[in-house]
Amino acid sequence: MRITQGCFSFLPDLTDEQISAQIEYCLSREWAIGIEFTDDPHPRNTYWEMWGNPMFDLKDAKGVMMELDECRKLHGGKYIRINAFDDMRGFETVMMSFIVNRPAEEPRIDMVRTDVRSRSQSYSWRVAG
Amino acid sequence: MTDDQHTGDPGKAPPASVDLKAEFRSSGVAEILDELDRELIGLKPVKQRIRETAALLLVDRARRQMGLATETPTLHMSFTGNPGTGKTTVALKMAGLLHRLGYVRKGHLVSVTRDDLVGQYIGHTAPKTREVLKKAMGGVLFIDEAYYLYKPDNERDYGQEAIEILLQVMENNRDDLVVIMAGYADKMDRFFSANPGFRSRIAHHIEFPDYSDSELLRISETMLEAQNYRFDTDARRAMADYIGLRRAQPHFANARSIRNALDRARLRQANRLFESADGPLDAAALSTITEADIRASRVFSGGLDVDRAARAAAE
Repeated sequence: MRITQGCFSFLPDLTDEQISAQIEYCLSREWAIGIEFTDDPHPRNTYWEMWGNPMFDLKDAKGVMMELDECRKLHGGKYIRINAFDDMRGFETVMMSFIVNRPAEEPRIDMVRTDVRSRSQSYSWRVAG
Repeated sequence: MTDDQHTGDPGKAPPASVDLKAEFRSSGVAEILDELDRELIGLKPVKQRIRETAALLLVDRARRQMGLATETPTLHMSFTGNPGTGKTTVALKMAGLLHRLGYVRKGHLVSVTRDDLVGQYIGHTAPKTREVLKKAMGGVLFIDEAYYLYKPDNERDYGQEAIEILLQVMENNRDDLVVIMAGYADKMDRFFSANPGFRSRIAHHIEFPDYSDSELLRISETMLEAQNYRFDTDARRAMADYIGLRRAQPHFANARSIRNALDRARLRQANRLFESADGPLDAAALSTITEADIRASRVFSGGLDVDRAARAAAE
């Protein structure tokens, strides 16, 4: 099942050229770029593994693409995303986040209904391998 | 990643002819070369080499537009010369030049030395070097005193690791960054002969000559002018004497020595004004360096320049 998280996730996967262009945009706004990966795409899993430190003071997208290539070499079968962090006072938050790598076969996410008190139900999601 | 934004649209037919003069004007290379002529005194051979390089790159770019060449030329350079001969300044201009010609995408200069590249323990060097390389992508990486990367007397030195990463990137990312290595001529020669990989990857060797005494005097005047100071006639003569004497003494660093001397002269001038003035001072007095400010230098008594600033302050 195709995971839709972050920007562009309803579009076809971005090519490297498109990823570079997006990173160029982020760098032009002076955002710091971080690369993260995970094998658990559950929507509540906000803590992905960091690939190295976030990258500050870059001028060109190629620097990020080098790291992304390295990360793909090791974690090609996992999800990889790129986060762009704005350190501007008042924002200090991730401004853009998009998936740049997916496993060949994505896990299914099932909805689980649980009966709780007096016939009401609670819903949750489970990543089914 | 587009590697050739200047080869133009693949769908567009290559132009049948090219006007190099027009290219020269429109690319903005002329401005940089003029700037170089205006701002840098002396350095004739360097300026000549840069003109030649610019011409080569311009022709190469035209050839690529016409589909005659496809390879990115090797642009890595080595700048050799004594300290204070303007290597960093020229590297900055070179970055601008390469950017105008479209050989680097961003045209910034990242200036590093051994400490920025080589780590302190096993596994520290590679990330450190990569970090610097990432920042330099799209621009020019200027490695000052590059020969310190290689320490033959210590085989466990981590410099070798940095060298290997550098070589790899210089080869694989020729479209993305240009590396300029700088240092003393003799030490650089030894460095290149011990690391043939660098020698073969560096296309342009530019030598920076020492400045002559008259050039240094002109440099000192331009430096003062930039800070709204000036010499009076006697001070100018004293400065000429100073340059002649300073050159013979150890640790002479061309324009850098001059800058330091001027800084100290300004310090003495301030002190002189502070101690001697008992009325209001006009702008001319505040911005004139006199003979006494220069002659007080320890260089005239044959001494080293160590703690001269402290002495001047105590005077």
